[in-house]
Amino acid sequence: MKSLSRLMAVTRKEVRQMRRDRLTFAMIFGIPLMQIILFGYAINTDVRNLRTAVADEANTHLSHDFVAQLNATQVTDIRERVNTVAQLEDLLRSGEVSVGIAIPPDFDRRVADETRAAVHILVDGSDPTIAGIADALRNLPLGFDTAVQRQPTELIEVRAYYNPERRTPVNIIPGLIGVILMMTMMMFTAVAVVRERERGNLELLINTPVTSAELMVGKVLPYIFLGLVQLAVILTVGKLLFAVPVRGSIVDLYLAGCVYIAANLALGLFFSTAVKSQFQAIQLTFFMMLPSILLSGFVFPFDGMPEAARWIGEVLPITHFIRLTRGIMLREAGLGEMVGELVYLGAFAVVAMTAAALRFSKRLD
Amino acid sequence: MNAELAIRARGLSKDFGSLRAVDRLDLDVPRASIYGFLGPNGSGKSTTIRMLCGLLTPSEGSASVLGVDVPGDSGNLKPRIGYMTQKFSLFGDMTVFENLQFIAEIYSIPASRRAARIDEVLEHYDLVEQRGQFAGTMSGGQKQRLALGCAVIHKPELLLLDEPTSAVDPQSRRDFWANLFRLAQAGTTILVSTHYMDEAERCHRLAILDHGAKVADGAPGDLQRSTGMNIIEVLADDPYHAQTAISTMPAVASVTQLGIRLRVLIPETIPDALDQVQAVLADHGISADTRLSGASLEDVFVAVTLGPEERAE
Repeated sequence: MKSLSRLMAVTRKEVRQMRRDRLTFAMIFGIPLMQIILFGYAINTDVRNLRTAVADEANTHLSHDFVAQLNATQVTDIRERVNTVAQLEDLLRSGEVSVGIAIPPDFDRRVADETRAAVHILVDGSDPTIAGIADALRNLPLGFDTAVQRQPTELIEVRAYYNPERRTPVNIIPGLIGVILMMTMMMFTAVAVVRERERGNLELLINTPVTSAELMVGKVLPYIFLGLVQLAVILTVGKLLFAVPVRGSIVDLYLAGCVYIAANLALGLFFSTAVKSQFQAIQLTFFMMLPSILLSGFVFPFDGMPEAARWIGEVLPITHFIRLTRGIMLREAGLGEMVGELVYLGAFAVVAMTAAALRFSKRLD
Repeated sequence: MNAELAIRARGLSKDFGSLRAVDRLDLDVPRASIYGFLGPNGSGKSTTIRMLCGLLTPSEGSASVLGVDVPGDSGNLKPRIGYMTQKFSLFGDMTVFENLQFIAEIYSIPASRRAARIDEVLEHYDLVEQRGQFAGTMSGGQKQRLALGCAVIHKPELLLLDEPTSAVDPQSRRDFWANLFRLAQAGTTILVSTHYMDEAERCHRLAILDHGAKVADGAPGDLQRSTGMNIIEVLADDPYHAQTAISTMPAVASVTQLGIRLRVLIPETIPDALDQVQAVLADHGISADTRLSGASLEDVFVAVTLGPEERAE
């Protein structure tokens, strides 16, 4: 009973201080809004209007027709027309265009000949995304007004489940939830203990009957609530601005969020017990950020990574949470189908919390 | 364990790496009294207090605080002691009332008595008007009263105060000591560290610490009577030259200038100390009044912190 009331006293104190800290409050709403808008609008892998130059050495009715059709796809935006392939290469090197279309003088004959390529597309391979787009250009079904038109033969048909329009925000935002929650939650608790140490509060607190566990749990509780508020903000903005759906159960999503938030708070708290200053605490959270963004499957596909990187990814809580959010929000999966991910997050939270409580000694030496 | 003693320490030592911060300290602090630690910065006062409340583990020696062995059982000890840190350590972004409430909750004061106890503390420590003020915006004296109020809200048997008055004005210090006497009167044992002589003088007993070791202890009056020094006060028109002259005497342990007066410490083992001083002054053609004086606490402090080589025999 005494223990519970002490824990609640710590929680009430944290809430009180949090309410008065405007910067914290700004972070709760500011960071998710800024990130969603940045990621949602700026990052777009569905590329259109690539700057393009054409060297049409054939200059026939058929080649004009081909260029017109290519432009109609909106993938390319033809800015320049030049005479030779060498000129195309110059434009590409200077970065004025990303794509060069070289139509050889014998274009008409090549179209008829199935064994030879009719057109060369030169691509700026220094940008991986553009190189990928060029591959797509190769498969463009261009209908030629000739008798010798090649019939497209499709051996494989790809159907994009869960995001048929292939809109980037739909893919990004479920992962972004994980990134935003990690950033803010870990940051809050990473500075929580060390701030009190810097202000001298800790020397007073450790001289009172309050135990390490009460202090740690009491500090984390209010932030769990804060994290859920953040989750609600992200989901609402995602829905309003980018029509990102939540196809599965919203309860499942918040439950997963709750465990993930606890895991990050506990990790932050552990950091806080290990560092000497708020500055070091912030540095440690940044140290965690990079692998979490790169190795979690948020940016790069998890399956494509080397084994060692995948192992690191598996350790990070965000990897498991992104699987959960993508599953619940997009694939309409239930928590029951992905219980392993949830169990990992729960175990991570408990281990980190215990480590924090053990590390936080009620002594100064 | 002597029931009369609140604190009993034997051979208490603390090393930080190669530095010995506290050196084989023996302490006997009687209950319901104010016990002072007098010493310069770095003399081991804070380290000793931290060992006594279980914050630091002694490197050697043992201590019993309120009958509890520290650091062994310090968990049971926490509710029975109050601690005031050297630096203000309450929450600046909470009001006076909120701070008191939080501390009261942490010490598990039952809700039924909490409000009454907080009001009582506000009343006693003259904080009624500051009740709704943020602690961080208060003056040094107000902060100190709040810190003391929080340290005693659970009515501890032992109060440990680490240089509590280093950041407040003289009037606040007087009020603060009035509060301490009231607490001691009510049965609280108080251990207070200070580097102010006037504060040390108010303690019932005190220990003088120097470089981590206890160099003297006892009641201030007893210490003043047993310095082992004759104190000669010299009133000279030219105190600077008088001091230079007296310093040449091999028997002199210390000369301190206080305004136009000099206080000269000469070991009691030297006969005719007063005559010798007068002779030296006459030799140098310095006219001065000289007289034997009783030891002040500062004289005691100077006498006991002299290095052995300065203690001329």
